Amino acid sequence: MPRLSADQRHTVAFTLNGLPVDGVAEPRMLLSDFLRQTLGATGTHVGCEHGVCGACTVEVDGMLARSCLTLAVQVDGASIRTVEGLAPAPDRLSVLQAAFRRHHALQCGFCTAGILMSLDAFLKANPEPDEAQVRDLLSGHLCRCTGYTPIVRAALEAAAELSAQDTAACQEEPAHA
Amino acid sequence: MKPAPFDFVRADSRAEALSVLKAEGTDARIIAGGQSFMAMLNMRLARPKVLVDIMRLADLATLSEAKGDVLVGAGIRQARLLAWDDLSRTLPLIAKALPYTGHVQTRARGTVCGSIAHADPSAELPLCLVALKGHVHLATAKAKRKVAAADFFTGMMATAKADDEMIEAVSFPVAGREGTAFREIARRHGDFAIVACGAVATDTGIRLAVGGVADVPTARDFPLLEGSALDDALNSFAYELDARDDVHASARYRRELVRRIGRATIEEALTCRA
Ligand SMILES: Cc1cc2nc3c(=O)[nH]c(=O)nc-3n(C[C@H](O)[C@H](O)[C@H](O)COP(=O)(O)OP(=O)(O)OC[C@H]3O[C@@H](n4cnc5c(N)ncnc54)[C@H](O)[C@@H]3O)c2cc1C
Ligand code: FES
Ligand code: FES
Repeated sequence: MPRLSADQRHTVAFTLNGLPVDGVAEPRMLLSDFLRQTLGATGTHVGCEHGVCGACTVEVDGMLARSCLTLAVQVDGASIRTVEGLAPAPDRLSVLQAAFRRHHALQCGFCTAGILMSLDAFLKANPEPDEAQVRDLLSGHLCRCTGYTPIVRAALEAAAELSAQDTAACQEEPAHA
Repeated sequence: MKPAPFDFVRADSRAEALSVLKAEGTDARIIAGGQSFMAMLNMRLARPKVLVDIMRLADLATLSEAKGDVLVGAGIRQARLLAWDDLSRTLPLIAKALPYTGHVQTRARGTVCGSIAHADPSAELPLCLVALKGHVHLATAKAKRKVAAADFFTGMMATAKADDEMIEAVSFPVAGREGTAFREIARRHGDFAIVACGAVATDTGIRLAVGGVADVPTARDFPLLEGSALDDALNSFAYELDARDDVHASARYRRELVRRIGRATIEEALTCRA
């Protein structure tokens, strides 16, 4: 590919929560800043900018990624999911988000976007996790408010609810053709 | 905390990546998973003029078992190795150690070779490479060479890799009947180890590798010792590692961990022998 020069801004285009987006960025621009400042998608939060707190976690091509450790120019052509893409409709929360609300799994909400992204990806890959697995996943996030216990409860309840939904869907009789 | 400006090259071929390294020398740096280097850029601990992204090179994303070695290409992320079905059979030590490397989220991006290149003295993968007597496969635009783990790590975050060299792969010998064990003590799970120990036990001896104490992961071979003879050997090893005090732990505490975690790791490895 051509070399993207430091002192110019380059077009970056990708899919954000299913919709095409684009903007311009210097090579050094972080994905977290591109999302928040260029695209106005401020649901993704920025805590530490060195990969430790997990607040900025998003999904890039199905992989969890710290957006503060990713350059905007690296995700050209990628498919990205952020917290804005979790709710099925503007007036409805996802099963995981609703469980967070019931269990008070957030207080200030600063860490929440990143934790929701991690759990959303994790529960798809591990539909029946135990508490130890959830806590292992959460070790990649810092929350200064909740003490994690309500987050663990919300995650386990959401997992149970999601797998019950799956089973119900399997048991439904297919309609007559 | 934002990086200083740099040019960016997303290499489309290995030759392209190597030619940029050759042309730019110390001014160019490879970026792989970015899980260590992006933080250094953000904190401006590193200010390269050009960054070469190698993660779209499909021919580096290879993981294979051949001629008694497992070869892990530079594009292989830590999560991919951990999820490999043959890992526990071929590299049981790594199957035990890798879950301690960072978190689910950092393993999803960080590569195996990137961790070796970064050469943090408390990192788990460099320790495993030394414990298992693996090799680092290096390439420049003109030549290739293979360096043994013990010769690769030369100091704290310093390696035998030249500025124009890229790690193409690392290789680890496939396990036989030996027993292996891994233990570490860190402030929290997923943090860098204060002391990490990996042991390989055969019918004739024990090899113990220790990370987090000296400025490089260091291995020592012992005959099959027991009781106070093993304590004495571990005590000498602990002192020879020349531990230092830092904010995480005192030198004395680190030596104590080598004596205790080292012993527990060795005992576990002995019981795991086939
Ligand atoms: C929150 C957090 C916790 C972590 N905890 C741990 C831990 O407990 N243990 C641990 O070991 N690590 C830990 N890490 C670091 C992580 O394992 C990194 O993935 C790893 O150190 C570097 O791999 P990378 O692919 O991300 O490399 P990068 O960050 O992209 O690069 C690291 C260095 O290696 C060089 N490099 C990379 N690939 C090559 C190559 N193929 N050839 C030549 N040079 C190359 C780069 O130029 C750079 O100097 C943690 C990281 C984070 C963010
Ligand atoms: S802001 Fe990215 S991990 Fe903290
Ligand atoms: S809810 Fe405040 S940091 Fe987690």
